[in-house]
Amino acid sequence: MRFFNSNYFLKSTKAAPFAVFRIFFGFLMAISLIRFWALGWIDKLYISPSFHFSYYGFEFVKPLGEWTYLLFLICGISAVSVGIGYRYRPSIILFFLSFTYIELMDKTTYLNHYYFISLVAFVLIFLPANAYFSVDAKRQPKLSFEYVPSWSIDTLRLLVAIVYFYAGLAKLNSDWLIQGMPLKIWLPAHYDLPILGKFFHHNWLIYFFSWSGAIFDLSIPFLLLIKRTRTAAFVLVVIFHMLTWLLFPIGMFPFVMILAVTIFFDAKFHDKLVSIFSVALRIDKKRFDNQKVLPQSSDQTNRATLLLLSIFFVFQLAFPFRHLAYSDELFWTEEGYRFSWRVMLMEKTGYASFKIKNSKTGEQFYVNNADFLTSFQEKQMATQPDFILEYAHYLKNHFEHQGHENLAVYVESYVALNGRGSTLFIDPSTNLVDMKESWKHKTWILPFNDEIKGL
Amino acid sequence: MSKYYLSIKAFRFIWSWAMIIFMVACSTENEPMTDTDNFDRQVMLVNWADNIIIPGYENYVGKVTDMVNAKNVFLEDRSTENFDGLKNAWLEAYIAWQSVSMFEIGKAEELSIRDYTNVYPTDNAGIEDNVNSESYDLNLPSLRDQQGFPALDYLLYGSAENSSMILARFEAEENLRNYLNDLITRLSDLSTAVLQDWEGGYRDEFINNDGSTASSSVNKLVNDYLFYYEKALRAGKIGIPAGVFSNTPLSNRVEAFYKQDVSKTLFMTSLNASIDFFNGRYFNGNGQGESLKSYLDFLNSVTDGSNLSDLINDQFTSTKVQAESLGEDFYAEVENNNDNMLQTYDELQTNTILLKVDMFQALNIQVDYVDADGD
Repeated sequence: MRFFNSNYFLKSTKAAPFAVFRIFFGFLMAISLIRFWALGWIDKLYISPSFHFSYYGFEFVKPLGEWTYLLFLICGISAVSVGIGYRYRPSIILFFLSFTYIELMDKTTYLNHYYFISLVAFVLIFLPANAYFSVDAKRQPKLSFEYVPSWSIDTLRLLVAIVYFYAGLAKLNSDWLIQGMPLKIWLPAHYDLPILGKFFHHNWLIYFFSWSGAIFDLSIPFLLLIKRTRTAAFVLVVIFHMLTWLLFPIGMFPFVMILAVTIFFDAKFHDKLVSIFSVALRIDKKRFDNQKVLPQSSDQTNRATLLLLSIFFVFQLAFPFRHLAYSDELFWTEEGYRFSWRVMLMEKTGYASFKIKNSKTGEQFYVNNADFLTSFQEKQMATQPDFILEYAHYLKNHFEHQGHENLAVYVESYVALNGRGSTLFIDPSTNLVDMKESWKHKTWILPFNDEIKGL
Repeated sequence: MSKYYLSIKAFRFIWSWAMIIFMVACSTENEPMTDTDNFDRQVMLVNWADNIIIPGYENYVGKVTDMVNAKNVFLEDRSTENFDGLKNAWLEAYIAWQSVSMFEIGKAEELSIRDYTNVYPTDNAGIEDNVNSESYDLNLPSLRDQQGFPALDYLLYGSAENSSMILARFEAEENLRNYLNDLITRLSDLSTAVLQDWEGGYRDEFINNDGSTASSSVNKLVNDYLFYYEKALRAGKIGIPAGVFSNTPLSNRVEAFYKQDVSKTLFMTSLNASIDFFNGRYFNGNGQGESLKSYLDFLNSVTDGSNLSDLINDQFTSTKVQAESLGEDFYAEVENNNDNMLQTYDELQTNTILLKVDMFQALNIQVDYVDADGD
């Protein structure tokens, strides 16, 4: 525990970056949730489907029918509450729980940036983000501090840095760098983008995008840390995310990242921003500039927090590498693919038809997937083995209830990955009813008959 | 100052290396820079609209008009000859329909024309109820399986034991004559509305919506095309009657169940229309323009992948060869020789995968109605 008494952990810094981050985060989340609601996605993704794909170990997390709207409402209100710093701790806990619950309801909608938001919310539970320029600090002067421990702000920086750096590492593979895939598929389809569009079928531009994308992801955390390159790095961040926003349907992600990156700016910058906020909102900033330093108590809670966050980051650094424990190609089996900052790496298309067979009489028929799944679910299911398995078990239960007996479920599925021709994906002779979900390698995924070199 | 200089030097060093790696990576590809001109989607849309869809609809509307006339002649004078004339006109129109059914876009989509034109099996009991009660509204979605060509199939070929008894029914029952009249009028109204829309402003709207979004013409029509191929052609005409989706074959689910000996003709017309659309062949057969095939060939020059359009066309050919071996009457085929039907299904299925997996990936077309964020 002496580690936590080192000089680094005793340093303090201005709390203004926290205030800015908290406000950006809270309001961006509220906007995201409103957007989700307004687009009708709550009903479309969580209420109308008759079946939902669960995460392994979280099968009990299911949409709540019409109450799902209430869940979104709670999540949205807690986000605003976090933003203004009102009853911050309970609000951020509530936000973390409700947001994570929403994400766990159906893995069809898995997105790396939703995971990122859950992680940020989790970390924020333990950080004094309400110390400055918050309702809490105004109402309870004993909670109001102008200075907070440096490490607490560095925690957020580290989290953002991991996202970029790991996304960069994931791009160091032969499909991305050597084959120019999947950009060779994606970019020519955007031939109608002004100026750039007409060059998107040229290799030089495709490779420029893939290589500069990898270099950008790997270097941006360092360019943001170094004071001299910081402004230029931020300009790059904005250009990069705006371009991805124009080209790909990635929702709020670019804005989340652009605003998150501002945490790298120094306290002066944030102080100025807070001044602007305070003028605009007619809030007296001076009352928060009380020179008080959040005490670096070496008490038990503080140490426990540091220990917990340390374990959290060790996990964050290690978990994305879990695919190394699996034998076959990661992009093919997707064992260890999620929760690893593998963003925009694959164009994977699939087709899966399920055969229900009476193993005694040999009678069989094929399932019309549209009877059970939305087209979005079907699309996700067709390329991911864990989805295929869960759906097969669901079909078995469904047809058992209808009175069918001795059921065996087989799948004939074809997958095309990054421009390779479609090939058989799952062993069609495996009765999926006999297979169970686990952390182990799924031996019934047929081997990938090509090689993708890299991390 | 010297520190600043150092960082510039380091920066140059890193970038020169990055550029070298970049160039090596490009040259190891060992392929020439693609210097063909970009593929113009609008030229493809123009070909689809002017040479395939609109001529197809003109033909269909023409045949439906012939059917309307034959119906009027028959209702005027209910002779055997005029009855045969009507039946022939029905078949001609039904065949013509097969070439345009897949284009469920624009007005056709708005009207759900396929659902009101060709839903089978038809509900013969419901039809008889309508005839008796004389109270029905053919605009209702619940009456989709009581109208269109399958309902006419029932009226003309299945509403009594044999042809002369059917003719006798028409002679005797005014209600039946009215229902016949209403069904044909409705087909005429629907088809005319779609054609008029194409000939009005929709054609320009269609070809100018040449972007790459989910609602662009290319994305939508390719989704429609594949939906048609998968659900109407593969499953509807072959798979469902052959019992692929049920424990036992369902011979009563064939197209033109009452007429029976035309199911192959209808199927082959539909298959050929699908192949022609893929290859951009004109409806009148006198030429070929930009198409999914030429688009795939263009994209293939970017990705240097396998020649997908050839694979798809080869599979179309072997589907046709297999389908040629089917009898004219799919009802009899399902009853007596269902393996032949199942083999045809397998051939169709093979191309479903090439079209829906490989082609969708190559064209980067989003599957319909998936509007959610991705990353």
